[in-house]
Amino acid sequence: MSESHTGEHVHHELGFWRKYVFSTDHKIIGIQYLITAMSMAVVGGTLSMLMRYQLAWPSMISPTLGKLMPDAFAGGVMKPEFYVSLVTMHGTIMVFFLFTAVLTGGFGNFLIPLQIGARDMAFPFLNALSYWVFLLSCIVIFSALFVTTGAPLGGWTSYAPLSAIPAAGPGQGTGVTLWITAIALFTASGLMGGLNYITTILTMRTRGMSMMRLPLTQWSLLITAILALLAFPVLLAAGILLMFDRMGGTSFFVPAGIIMNQMPIEHSGGHPLLWQHLFWFFGHPEVYIVVLPAMGMASDILSTFCRKPIFSYRMMVYSMIAIAVLSFVVWGHHMFVSGMNPFLGSVFTLTTLLIAVPSAIKTFNWLGTVWGARIRFTAAGLFAIGFVSMFVSGGLSGIFLGTSAADIQLQDTYFVVAHFHLVMAIAPLFAAFGGLYFWFPKMFGRFMNETLGRIHFWLTFIGVYCVFFPMHIIGIGGQMRRIYDPTQYMFLVPQQPVNVFISIAAFILGAGQLIFLFNFLFSIFAGKRVLERNPWHATTLEWTAPTPPGHGNFGEELPVVYRWPFDYSVPGEKEDFIPQTVPATVVAKQ
Amino acid sequence: MADGSGPGRVTLSGVVLAGLLLVLIIASLYLFIAQPFWFPPLASEHGGRIDSLFGTVLVVSGIAFVLVQGALGLFVARYGANGNERAAYWHDNPKVEAILLITTAVILTVLVFMGQRVWASIYFADQPQNATIIQITGEQFFWNFHYPGADGQFGRTDTKLITSTNNIGLDRNDPVAKDDVVSVGIMHVPIGKPVRVRLRSKDVIHSFFLPNFRLKQDAVPGMGIEVWFTPTRAGQYEVACAELCGLGHYRMKAALTVDESEEAFNAWLKMAAEQQ
Repeated sequence: MSESHTGEHVHHELGFWRKYVFSTDHKIIGIQYLITAMSMAVVGGTLSMLMRYQLAWPSMISPTLGKLMPDAFAGGVMKPEFYVSLVTMHGTIMVFFLFTAVLTGGFGNFLIPLQIGARDMAFPFLNALSYWVFLLSCIVIFSALFVTTGAPLGGWTSYAPLSAIPAAGPGQGTGVTLWITAIALFTASGLMGGLNYITTILTMRTRGMSMMRLPLTQWSLLITAILALLAFPVLLAAGILLMFDRMGGTSFFVPAGIIMNQMPIEHSGGHPLLWQHLFWFFGHPEVYIVVLPAMGMASDILSTFCRKPIFSYRMMVYSMIAIAVLSFVVWGHHMFVSGMNPFLGSVFTLTTLLIAVPSAIKTFNWLGTVWGARIRFTAAGLFAIGFVSMFVSGGLSGIFLGTSAADIQLQDTYFVVAHFHLVMAIAPLFAAFGGLYFWFPKMFGRFMNETLGRIHFWLTFIGVYCVFFPMHIIGIGGQMRRIYDPTQYMFLVPQQPVNVFISIAAFILGAGQLIFLFNFLFSIFAGKRVLERNPWHATTLEWTAPTPPGHGNFGEELPVVYRWPFDYSVPGEKEDFIPQTVPATVVAKQ
Repeated sequence: MADGSGPGRVTLSGVVLAGLLLVLIIASLYLFIAQPFWFPPLASEHGGRIDSLFGTVLVVSGIAFVLVQGALGLFVARYGANGNERAAYWHDNPKVEAILLITTAVILTVLVFMGQRVWASIYFADQPQNATIIQITGEQFFWNFHYPGADGQFGRTDTKLITSTNNIGLDRNDPVAKDDVVSVGIMHVPIGKPVRVRLRSKDVIHSFFLPNFRLKQDAVPGMGIEVWFTPTRAGQYEVACAELCGLGHYRMKAALTVDESEEAFNAWLKMAAEQQ
């Protein structure tokens, strides 16, 4: 990235700070998002390692940890309030500051102009602003870890009144205030990004790039941005109401008659379920804000390394739209035993199993893509295949949880933890890894090391199944989420060896990610140079741009699109791929 | 064959990935069929319907799991890149797509209706008559069980009367409160007779979870929520809190005894009343 600016014809040269730090270039902003989110992932991942340590050996005394973190490990034993803070911060960081940020902020920013044939986003300044507000939100949520009274402990869902009454727990004062502030900043940043993505994709496609010629990544990012624009404001509003309840004396979420530590709380007229409705009205679309871009990216990468068109492009697009629409009417399945009217439980069961249909269609289509393929098992290709496996494993357990009657027993157990990790954390993680190995050469002009990449894949594939699959079993056994010490319950003691197994697997999985981090950082500076524009022999527009693309992306002429993005292995053609820029008439049929 | 209709190359990566998927299938079949760890022993009447519903969903999703992961394994093992050989070029098959769409929709619709029969039998049935009624109040971090005593009437409660020894603010001057029993962390119910549970919370949301009875219901401040169940097995069980309620969430538990007879239950109630 330190090379001179000879490729730039469109814009004048900028100094270092304007070019790499306070940049309005979508590629720089994308990489900034990527690296910031990866740093947050290191934090969130470390927290989960501490959680797994506690769950496997709940009463172990560790003088080392006691010395390292005297506030959290009094006398070498983890404090319960610290454990629930870990749960809260891990969930919050991973859902918002890793997955939402890395997929839409990172890949979205980098890929949208490049894949639709535009020079930048529609609103470059707004884009930069979105990143800086996101960075601020990261700093705020990170600082919550260092509050002397403790980090917030109400879970990433921050249910009221636990989150509304500062006296409800040690982290519920300043900790929750910082949590709400960070989430508010994050949603503001997401809104700026979403507005930008929608405008850019709808109005700035290059000549010939009709909607039905968009790569699936672009479709997924467009639909995701619409979801974000509709869902984030609800969370923002809920957060503001919660702040009023905490500081302004209002009672949106707090009913009358609450007695906390023998002390009456001065509130009346609010309803705790209102928070849940608002939160999940945002929260379920949020799941798809994470999953849809992962689906889009995995589809494109899968097709590239299968050397085969995606099976049923149209159905892939329609099912993403169907998922997006339905995602707004399924939120109640998080609330089957919340005290919500049970008739609503029936309605939400129906809508929830309905949303499984387009998800199943997508799965069949991925299988259809792999069938008859000629797979190149690169690290990126392997992660895309792994995505399909994870999505299926995580998706099927959703049928149990979506069936309200079966959910009575499973709600708030590790069965839920297994389900949502596989489907909305691990599957997107696989897509993101695939995306990084795939687009890294375009981003940095160098390859990531393939051997390390494959070792990383095998360790991660085995690791995540060893960590998350047994969680179904201990969930069936009744182990509740978010408990500091499962051995407190007699009925959970016999399955404690499973917790030990999961924790050991988690440590190995965590260590495996260091290989990736090393590979990523090392390759930025010393990876093998990319000498061509299109090293993977892919079809989409970003591969026709210089590597790495200069400011303005495509040199003097914008590319013109003549075909869909999936012309792999077209019979009778010389190459097994035809870029979108190749006119239909130029390629002579033999 | 250049059009990809022939078999691809069997590659090491493909075979290893297929092998791992096979291990995954075998391991999950073992875990879900041999059931080395499973639901806590069932002790309620409606719980059997939930367990068998779970079994049905397990069979359906289990078949889907094995077929899809198996197919994925088969394809990655078989369709490795082979020199310059081309993949198949086909990308639409409306008939197959329609069949898969309709099949999935039909299977899921059937599951919705099977599930809703069980849901309706639990939530839309009339309240059981002649039931033991218990008012249960959750608070950070324990459960209070309030029994009406021999007269079957609950004494008046008032939040103003709450003290460190009177958790629920029971008005002991109320004549019907005289025989009321308030027990902290200890719950008794007789076997074979419906139990109606009225759930409340004093502070934050808790969730009343009886793992052996397939019963879980959030206790929400400001709401009174009633659920019921019929114990079918005498013995000692545990009550858990399933909703994160603060730093002591993990220890918010109670002991539940299903007494072998109504007499044994009444004897406990009498003894507990004397200790009030």
